[in-house]
Amino acid sequence: MEGASLLKIGGLDIEIVRRGRGRPVLFLHPHIGFWGAERFLDAMAKHAEVIAPAHPGFGRSALAKGMTTVDDLSYFYLDLLEQLDLRDVALVGASFGGWLAAAIATKSCERLARLAMLGAVGVKLGARDKTDVVDIFATPRSKWEEVSFADPAHGRREYSALPDEELQAMARNREATALFAWNPYMYDPKLLGRLHRIRIPTLFLWGAADRFAPAGYGRGYCAAVPGAVFEEIAGAGHFPHIEQPEAVAARIAEFALGAQLEKQP
Amino acid sequence: MRIYQFSEQPYPDAWENPSIRVNLPSRNMDPEVMAQNYHDRLDEWLLADELGLDIMINEHHATATCCCPVAAVPLAILARQTKRARLLTLGYPIANRLDPVRIAEEFAMIDVISRGRLEMGLVRGVPYEVPLAVRSAVGQMDRFWEAHDLILKAMTSTDGPFDWQGEHFQYRNVNVWPRVYQQPHPPVWITGRAPQNIREIAERGYVLGTFLSGFQTRQLFDHYRKACADLGRPAPAEDRFSYLGIVAIAQDRKEAMRRAEVMVGYLRSSGRVAEPFGTPPGYFSVGDAMRMIKARGARGTTTRDGKFVDTHHGAIEDLVKAGIMFVGTPDDVYGQLAEFIDNIGGLGHFLMMGHAGHLTHAEAMEQITLVAKEVLPRLNARRPAAKAA
Repeated sequence: MEGASLLKIGGLDIEIVRRGRGRPVLFLHPHIGFWGAERFLDAMAKHAEVIAPAHPGFGRSALAKGMTTVDDLSYFYLDLLEQLDLRDVALVGASFGGWLAAAIATKSCERLARLAMLGAVGVKLGARDKTDVVDIFATPRSKWEEVSFADPAHGRREYSALPDEELQAMARNREATALFAWNPYMYDPKLLGRLHRIRIPTLFLWGAADRFAPAGYGRGYCAAVPGAVFEEIAGAGHFPHIEQPEAVAARIAEFALGAQLEKQP
Repeated sequence: MRIYQFSEQPYPDAWENPSIRVNLPSRNMDPEVMAQNYHDRLDEWLLADELGLDIMINEHHATATCCCPVAAVPLAILARQTKRARLLTLGYPIANRLDPVRIAEEFAMIDVISRGRLEMGLVRGVPYEVPLAVRSAVGQMDRFWEAHDLILKAMTSTDGPFDWQGEHFQYRNVNVWPRVYQQPHPPVWITGRAPQNIREIAERGYVLGTFLSGFQTRQLFDHYRKACADLGRPAPAEDRFSYLGIVAIAQDRKEAMRRAEVMVGYLRSSGRVAEPFGTPPGYFSVGDAMRMIKARGARGTTTRDGKFVDTHHGAIEDLVKAGIMFVGTPDDVYGQLAEFIDNIGGLGHFLMMGHAGHLTHAEAMEQITLVAKEVLPRLNARRPAAKAA
């Protein structure tokens, strides 16, 4: 992504974007990577220092051999928090990144102050003979925008005109998503039973028109995190940070960077 | 040379659907009709056995183009019912299956029941098998080779149990009974198209399987030959090479052409799969995946003269020129095969799709008879022409 640099973290070359000044907001991108996140990162950078790494295997970030689960990624991020010595972090995860955020927070909230989950996946709530969220690997490309956005026009792109660097990131993102989320599809059977360990104020922000992970799924997820609050964002589908970047950034700033930042006991 | 009778055991009545793989509902099949199909194909294989041909089975999942999801089932039947034919499966998609030890057990039983006639084919599998697999295509070849190593070790360990603690598979007390009939283990075949894969197959001295690659097969075999030369080994014998093509044969050329029209339905339909399933993530390199995001590529090969032929849509005449189909009277088919074999530098195993699509049982039986009586003996009797340089 524009303005990203490569940083050695945990022995891996990691693509990382850092923008703005102030308290740290660590943004964990969805399975589609940084795609469409530009405006959101800019909006967020008006309030805070945004730190947005591409997860190992995604974008231009290297992947360590043997790294095959979201659990592995969560340990990588605990290392990252230590290495960059980030404290009182507002952790923001979108979709697949929300799964990752929850996996991190269930392991340690030591360096975290707030958690925001945007259309997050990662838990299994529904019937065993049906997937809770749409199977992107079984979705024709022509239907993808419809499923992902309130206004499908927000997702349409002229693929043949994309620069090679972006096509390569797309191909790597898709492959990494398959590596981490193929089966069980987009969840970790262990995560639901660990959510009680999230001991920081948590906000679930859900696109009111999310057809990928329905609001009912979001509410069920939210209910499993102690004290978490659920809110909908109008005019957004599965990626509110893409469709309503300013509104989402403003709400996160209010929630995470407001006056009261002392941790819950 | 050996010729193997092969059919995908299709259910062509369902081929009119826009996607005939992965998501085609099974209500499109009448089990009564399929029962007859299975019996007909088995009878064709019994005839092949009787007339001196060998037998090839394959497997695919969730599709009307190949209704054999478990190759072990027909292999087991044929292990008992045939007398002499080699029984080839090409093959088991070992990176998509979760239980290599179970695979070793299936193979071992078939090998013993057939008294040592199993040819053990292992395949990576086509892209549209991946959506049905428990594991993704990411790292699939790594998993393939670990499964291969485990299967071979399980088959060749005869001194009691061992444990396997690999990256992809973990087992306690692996101890396969029965012990395999062919020592140290049945012959291994592996399909390959990428130079690196072919090199790995050559290094192990296995039979290389190639399907419908036409005159490009020469290049594929050359990768194998070069790998042997690089290792300082003698040039590989013809029995290290196999090729799958489609045969439509009749005493009358017009009738053969009619049969070709029926059988080509296989090529026309076999690539028909709903869009997201054809390009599963991790199956292709990042570079290839980038090209696929931009535009979908057509699969094809070239004729001897270098003309591009689309494997799935080419005209029959072009498919014959490309060495994908062999069509005509026994003389024609013999001539086409002989020319093809010389061009690719020799062939040990011709895998003959001798039944496909709506071809009837009687027609398939006649095709098998003509090939066994009028083509194979002539191919084996001839002195190969000076091999193409």
